[in-house]
Amino acid sequence: MSLNRFISRALSDWMKGGGPEADIVISSRIRLARNLMDTPFPWVATKEQLETVISKLAAIIEKSKNNEALGRLELIRMDRLNSLERQVLVEKHLISPHLANEARAGAVILSQNESISIMINEEDHLRIQCLFPGFQLEEAWNQANSIDDWLEINLDYAFDEKRGYLTTCSTNVGTGLRASVVVHLPALVMTKQMNRILPAINQLGLVVRGIYGEGSEALGNIFQISNQITLGRSEQEIIEDLRNVAKQLIDQERKARQRLMESSRIMVEDKIFRSYGILSQARVIESKEAMQRISDVRLGIDLGLLPGVSATILNELIVLTQPGFLQQYAGQMLSPEERDIRRAKLIRERLAEQMDLN
Amino acid sequence: MMQCQECGQRPATLHFTKIINGQKNEYHLCEVCAKDKGEVLPGLNNSFSIHNLLSGLLSFEPSGVGGGAAQIQTQRCDRCGLTYSQFSKSGFFGCAHCYEVFGQRVEPLLRKVHSGNVIHHGKIPRRSGSRLQLKRELEYKKKQLKRAVEQEEFELAARLRDEIRALEKQWSNF
Repeated sequence: MSLNRFISRALSDWMKGGGPEADIVISSRIRLARNLMDTPFPWVATKEQLETVISKLAAIIEKSKNNEALGRLELIRMDRLNSLERQVLVEKHLISPHLANEARAGAVILSQNESISIMINEEDHLRIQCLFPGFQLEEAWNQANSIDDWLEINLDYAFDEKRGYLTTCSTNVGTGLRASVVVHLPALVMTKQMNRILPAINQLGLVVRGIYGEGSEALGNIFQISNQITLGRSEQEIIEDLRNVAKQLIDQERKARQRLMESSRIMVEDKIFRSYGILSQARVIESKEAMQRISDVRLGIDLGLLPGVSATILNELIVLTQPGFLQQYAGQMLSPEERDIRRAKLIRERLAEQMDLN
Repeated sequence: MMQCQECGQRPATLHFTKIINGQKNEYHLCEVCAKDKGEVLPGLNNSFSIHNLLSGLLSFEPSGVGGGAAQIQTQRCDRCGLTYSQFSKSGFFGCAHCYEVFGQRVEPLLRKVHSGNVIHHGKIPRRSGSRLQLKRELEYKKKQLKRAVEQEEFELAARLRDEIRALEKQWSNF
């Protein structure tokens, strides 16, 4: 069954990597928040009103089953999934934790390659998301924009000439646009430059945060940069600002990598090969340590030190070794200790497979 | 379906029993009133969130606008039933109409959240407002043209100039 596929298939297209600047930019995402004019917003609406929103979307999808531009789209209701299946969709970044755990009549529309995900009855009636591998903000925006146009043919959006697209929370009003890039910045972290860079980025109206880990901690040296302001600036301006800042970060990271290799090559090599040794031999590994080691190995790949290992290993292993995925893979609930054992085994096997290929 | 015991309007989605000093009480609330009463929802993220920050911003608003503070608190959206007090506690609007009802009070909030911006300058839905869309596009292209000239990117500038001419032609045909 196809639903099964979204859950059992580990890799969405974006995780397979590729795209411009793929050595540093993992993915680019565009999200548009939209609401319907005559329906109360999800947190206030009755269950029946929320069901009507799902029905409207279901009818649109049904009508355009063979939409060539978007490919086949599928609507999945949250109440048809168990909590583990929902968690897997969260770990694949296809839905939010809010939709998985709190929405009353939540659903999601997914494209076959999983680059499009439209959440229904999350904080807003609609959250259109397009996720592309590498540095492709413009491409992601073009796709999200055309999906938005296509949906608007059959839906009356809550829109006001003065305030723009009206949203549940005032932080999204206007464009409803959240553009973001996920970047891997190990050299900037190692050379302790992030503390200097983060406040500067914040001053430009952009937000930087770790996508794994709590608070300010960024596990695996993975950061997400996104726009904070949605009102008063056009989509093009918002995206361009983000792109320019991301470009500078990419540049700085490349320079830092180069400097590291020039000034302390042996120390960098030692760190990378130790991590590689641990990942390929460990029998028990916690997710926090795994994330850090995987980041080191990925840096080693990018620096050309580990020629046999595929560059997508970071994207893949990070998702595959999340608790939901491990349990889905095992076909049962696991205690934290069992997960650490399974995680170590899975990483060992994936790395061994890679070596066999060569 | 059971109605919320507080507002009597929305269906109760939260059912729980509170036992305090052996006193047993049953509650049936909708999500809105539960948040309003500060009831902790199991499984919900109750940590300090954007709600707290936004309601903090709203509470700085001077209470002198139009009548007393009590009157403001009880002001209610006539479409979805959300009161100003519920809005200011959650930082969430209840429906599109709330933006009009709480309009005057919303502007200072927007200004704080969006670095002084209160007017939308982005996309306009296609079906409603192709004229406005054209106007915005023209403004944007003109801004780009100015920058292209400043940066001496003359090829880009020439292309933009042609695009602007075409748009202006469309504009005059409206």
